[in-house]
Amino acid sequence: MKRRNFLKGAAAMLAGSVLPVSLVEVAFGKGREENFTFAYISDSHIQQISGKEFVRNFDRGLIRAVAECNMMDPKPDFVIYGGDLAQIGTRAEIDHGLEIMSACKHKTHYVLGEHDFYLDLGEYWQSQLGPQWYSFDHKGVHFVVLNSIIVDDKWINKWGSGEERMGVMAGLDNPLGSPFMVGAKQRDWLKKDLAKVSRETPLVVLSHSPLQKIYKGWNFWTDDAEQVQDLLKPFKKVNVFYGHVHQVQYNQIGNISFHSVMATAWPWPYPATYSQDASQLPKLTVEMNRADPFFERDATGWQFIDVWSGNTSMHLQLPENQTRTIGFNSKRQRPEDTKYQTKGIAPQEHY
Amino acid sequence: MKIQLALSLILTGLLLVVAGNGSADEFTKQDLKLWQDEYMVVVKEGRKVFTDPSLGNNGVVCAQCHPNGANTHPETYPKFQKQLGRVTQLWEMVNWCIRNPMEGESLDADDPSMTAILTYIAHERRGKKMAPGKH
Repeated sequence: MKRRNFLKGAAAMLAGSVLPVSLVEVAFGKGREENFTFAYISDSHIQQISGKEFVRNFDRGLIRAVAECNMMDPKPDFVIYGGDLAQIGTRAEIDHGLEIMSACKHKTHYVLGEHDFYLDLGEYWQSQLGPQWYSFDHKGVHFVVLNSIIVDDKWINKWGSGEERMGVMAGLDNPLGSPFMVGAKQRDWLKKDLAKVSRETPLVVLSHSPLQKIYKGWNFWTDDAEQVQDLLKPFKKVNVFYGHVHQVQYNQIGNISFHSVMATAWPWPYPATYSQDASQLPKLTVEMNRADPFFERDATGWQFIDVWSGNTSMHLQLPENQTRTIGFNSKRQRPEDTKYQTKGIAPQEHY
Repeated sequence: MKIQLALSLILTGLLLVVAGNGSADEFTKQDLKLWQDEYMVVVKEGRKVFTDPSLGNNGVVCAQCHPNGANTHPETYPKFQKQLGRVTQLWEMVNWCIRNPMEGESLDADDPSMTAILTYIAHERRGKKMAPGKH
């Protein structure tokens, strides 16, 4: 079974290491010869100090992800980059991030994050990487990439400069920010795009923010999530992958499985640890370990995901913690941690 | 001698001015408001320091990893910090962050910026029970 190859090829070769990269196996329907894999890197937040100096920690996270992605066996057909390549989206940061990514031997499809966007409304990012939303087909699977971090024009235009706007949006907890959305224009595009696709075709939707509502205060949130979900409902098998949250999250809403991917830069606390406000972390999610700040790459983890028969299994390799598998329970029709779903992980209580 | 006398007179005078607003055991609403306002000024200052790219040397800010001061657990300090192998206070951990992820220089324990950071962190965690030593 291919799953075993991943472990042999990637984990065994780098035993005990932390791979901040997700490998996704897509094994939908037809013959097994049609199976393929893709890797997932996200949220590197490349940050310039000045001139050619960049924050070392964040550089290292991405450099390591790319190196380990190159060593994976079987080779992924392509890589998805999940957004927030840069911290404030300057040309220098995007260039530096892309330079590190250029060592990646596989074709990469990029998702746009808010940190790439709010300085110049994605102009430079787009000039280097192409459209902000698009779709493609690969071996019988329809992939959709969305820009889910749009906000209304009123907010976009109320700032004196792009720097000021980006500065506000770069603060996750800045109360002057604004909730993300996919927006009417893009939803309309999505509707037309999906009209050409058979309902039997497995869908993989890639967004930066979660296409579900978890915590508005930190934009773990997409304002029109329900409207996007409505467009995905007619399809039999739908998998949504998102970045932005820098932590393990998973959920099932109707026919849609949701999985977050890890960040290469730093982990975030769960919203419930902010004691002054309520979050709606999916009840299904058994949380990741509480990060050890003394171990720079902790809680960035590595995971590979196989989307067997259209459903997702996520395998998490976590430093100093038990390996975890979040598999699809076909009886209950939802993702579940195969070991910790009912009992949780006691020594890793978040508070 | 003269200077000392003069100083003590000045100090006495100051005390009279401070204490002169009312009798000692009464907190008026006005007092409480004043003190709360003073506290909130420092909370606000703390938020400023918490998001100040010049606190460290690489532009990384506290709030980048600790939105709303989350995962700082002020109610659990002092506690045995397993990575350091001894009981530490929160300000030592703040300095650890300034030196490491932020690549900067430690603040004095009584530096007004340190007080502001600790005040902000505690404020974002208000209402939580004290739990010294908790992990």
